[in-house]
Amino acid sequence: MDFNDTPEENNFRSEVRDWLKNNAPKEKKAGGYDSIDVQESALSRARDWQAKKAEAGYAAITWPKEYGGLGGSSIQSVIYSQEESKYNVPTGFFDIGLGMCIPTMMAWATKEQNERYVEPALYGKEIWCQLFSEPSAGSDVAGVRTKAEKDGDDWIINGQKVWTSGAHFCDFGIIVVRTDPTVPKHKGLSFFFLDMKSPGIEIKPIRQISGGSNFNEVFFTDVRVPDTQRLGEVGEGWKVALTTLMNERLAIGVPKSADYSSLTQLAKDVILNNKPAIKNDHVRAKIADWYVQSEGLKYTKMRSLTSLSKGETPGPESSIGKVVSAPKMQDLASFAMDLQGAAGILNDPDMSLMHSIFQNQWMSAAGYRIAGGTDEILRNIVAERVLGLPQDIRVDKNVPFNELADSR
Amino acid sequence: MNFDFSEDQKLLKEQVAKFLSDNCSIDVVREILESDKNYSDKVWRGLVDLGLTGTTIPEEYGGLGLSPLELCVIAEELGRASAPVPFSSSVYLATEAIKLFGTDKQKENYLPKLASGEIIATFALPESAMEPNPDNIQCTFSSGKLTGTKMPVPDGSYADICVAVVKDKTSDSIGMSIVDLSTEGIEKKTLTTLDQTRDHAEIIFNNALSEIMNSSGDGWGDVQQILDIAAVLISFEQIGGAEASLNMAKEYALDRFAFGRQIGSYQAIKHKLADMYIKIELAKSNSYYGAMMLNDNGSDLKIAAAASRVAATDAFNFAAQENIQTHGGIGFTWEADTQFYYRRSQVLGLSLGSIASWKNKLVTQLEEKNN
Repeated sequence: MDFNDTPEENNFRSEVRDWLKNNAPKEKKAGGYDSIDVQESALSRARDWQAKKAEAGYAAITWPKEYGGLGGSSIQSVIYSQEESKYNVPTGFFDIGLGMCIPTMMAWATKEQNERYVEPALYGKEIWCQLFSEPSAGSDVAGVRTKAEKDGDDWIINGQKVWTSGAHFCDFGIIVVRTDPTVPKHKGLSFFFLDMKSPGIEIKPIRQISGGSNFNEVFFTDVRVPDTQRLGEVGEGWKVALTTLMNERLAIGVPKSADYSSLTQLAKDVILNNKPAIKNDHVRAKIADWYVQSEGLKYTKMRSLTSLSKGETPGPESSIGKVVSAPKMQDLASFAMDLQGAAGILNDPDMSLMHSIFQNQWMSAAGYRIAGGTDEILRNIVAERVLGLPQDIRVDKNVPFNELADSR
Repeated sequence: MNFDFSEDQKLLKEQVAKFLSDNCSIDVVREILESDKNYSDKVWRGLVDLGLTGTTIPEEYGGLGLSPLELCVIAEELGRASAPVPFSSSVYLATEAIKLFGTDKQKENYLPKLASGEIIATFALPESAMEPNPDNIQCTFSSGKLTGTKMPVPDGSYADICVAVVKDKTSDSIGMSIVDLSTEGIEKKTLTTLDQTRDHAEIIFNNALSEIMNSSGDGWGDVQQILDIAAVLISFEQIGGAEASLNMAKEYALDRFAFGRQIGSYQAIKHKLADMYIKIELAKSNSYYGAMMLNDNGSDLKIAAAASRVAATDAFNFAAQENIQTHGGIGFTWEADTQFYYRRSQVLGLSLGSIASWKNKLVTQLEEKNN
């Protein structure tokens, strides 16, 4: 048992290190928790860095060479990410496009379409977003109501999407819409890709409880999309959507957050029952619990990487990450604020202890427990796909969509 | 990246699993619960015949000379079967103690007999409900004689020898001594415990002949070292038991119908079982790291051992109790097999001292590491 690279992995790591050393920006990685609100300068830096990576083949390591990838393995992709994370490079703008949208295109679009769209996405020239969630379709995403109606060789889209990351700077999007409301839910969907600059698309940022804006609402009013941009057959959009959703599980995670070590730091600085909080047995027990969870996730990842390293598919244990880490983010932050007593309510980085990291984390954690699969949906997935328990009874299964009970 | 057991180790695991499924069904465990027997001699003999009691004993002493990683995979299967045998006390605790702190003569005397199964050993640390510490150990070793009381001593009713943690009068420090439990001046009383499939006894030593063992100079530290080794190994037993509990709950949730459907289709049950799975995987990952540190004698062993212990105890306690809950009323009956894991989870969870204490130990080690 060891964490060492195989000789091949080690060679690849050295290549990557050399390349990063010669090509990555030299600035130190910034500590703290930056706002991820988009700034033009960051986007432009990100595009430059993406183009450089694409040129070297590192932008999509596991993609086949014909699409501009490296034709490499998953473990090589992990090794690249590990090394790149040591540098202060702008990331995040292309993850959804390259992680979810383009793989869906590769699986379902024509050869000509892929020749047109894959390369500009890979080089960061064109950015993609995913238009699935709606106000009435969250966990039950097949319940979308945005509709598309055929008009000659085009489709006319009307409705609303929500929680669309990056819609305001994206060039293209993939969308799942209802083309037949008279058949049961999953059977009346179709899937398209579209130009986000099409007339009739209106994008409004959502302001989150944290005050930041990382997502948008997207309104569609008589938006015209050519039938040639349909992916999959009419009425088989759900099948295409599953390709995207399978990739989502790989793309969505939880950012590095304040953990047991930050809590230990805080506990040394604050007083509880007339002594430093770190001397309090209850505080120590909580630190131990979160240490065990963090280490458990860290070594679960090592187990998955071991499978990848052997060329195997990771086991189901890889599915527990977010359902553990997101609630931990929230609970730990809440506990850390409690240790600050009444001053725990301060959310001013200049005034509150440790620059408000716990307060900010507590706010954002509420969102991470929902994004990319709620705690509840993730438990269903573990129960159904890992343990083989039956699906819940679905009252909407054989009912035409337009006859379903309406939630409002 | 090679954070996994080897193919040979996985093969050994399958071999042990096969032996136990053939010879140690839950009915065998039930037989021990319902009879006066202290353990299953047949299962124990089988394990001895496979050479498993000598897994980590060097070949020069008649053992297999394998690594602690082999013990980890064996432990997981013993836990899965809830096997009524003295493996943890004799192998993880006493044998490891003699390997580490036995004199040459003691090793020559005892290790071959432990490997061959001629004797069963145990390890005696606690003396009462008070958490043992260097200041409250009352058992004293003086002029080759041991006096005092140990309880609960696992497998104490029938073990042949005992490694006891003692106050050594000569040096006025903590040490360990070996006692032949058939010598004069020893009184044994079998205790009534939560899990009668694993024997525990009170042993009173009254000027019993005993041999002091070697010490690193920090006798209490030596004891902690043995507890750390056992913590990692027992965590694998806990993982095996937790997986067996989850599996039992899952099977029941698929078979049982209520309100016209399988109870496993209700989210309340699904989420409960998903939580068992999550806790088990977190425990497994911590224990893998514990195993790696044990095998490498790595600098993180103390932290990893405590983390393994905390995570695996949480996983097994939760899985065993929620397995009963999933079964509903039938799970609370004497006829149901849910009780074996429920009982065993507490015996394993408490065997090396309170979890509150291990959590404190974990944080203390973290503080030392980061200072």
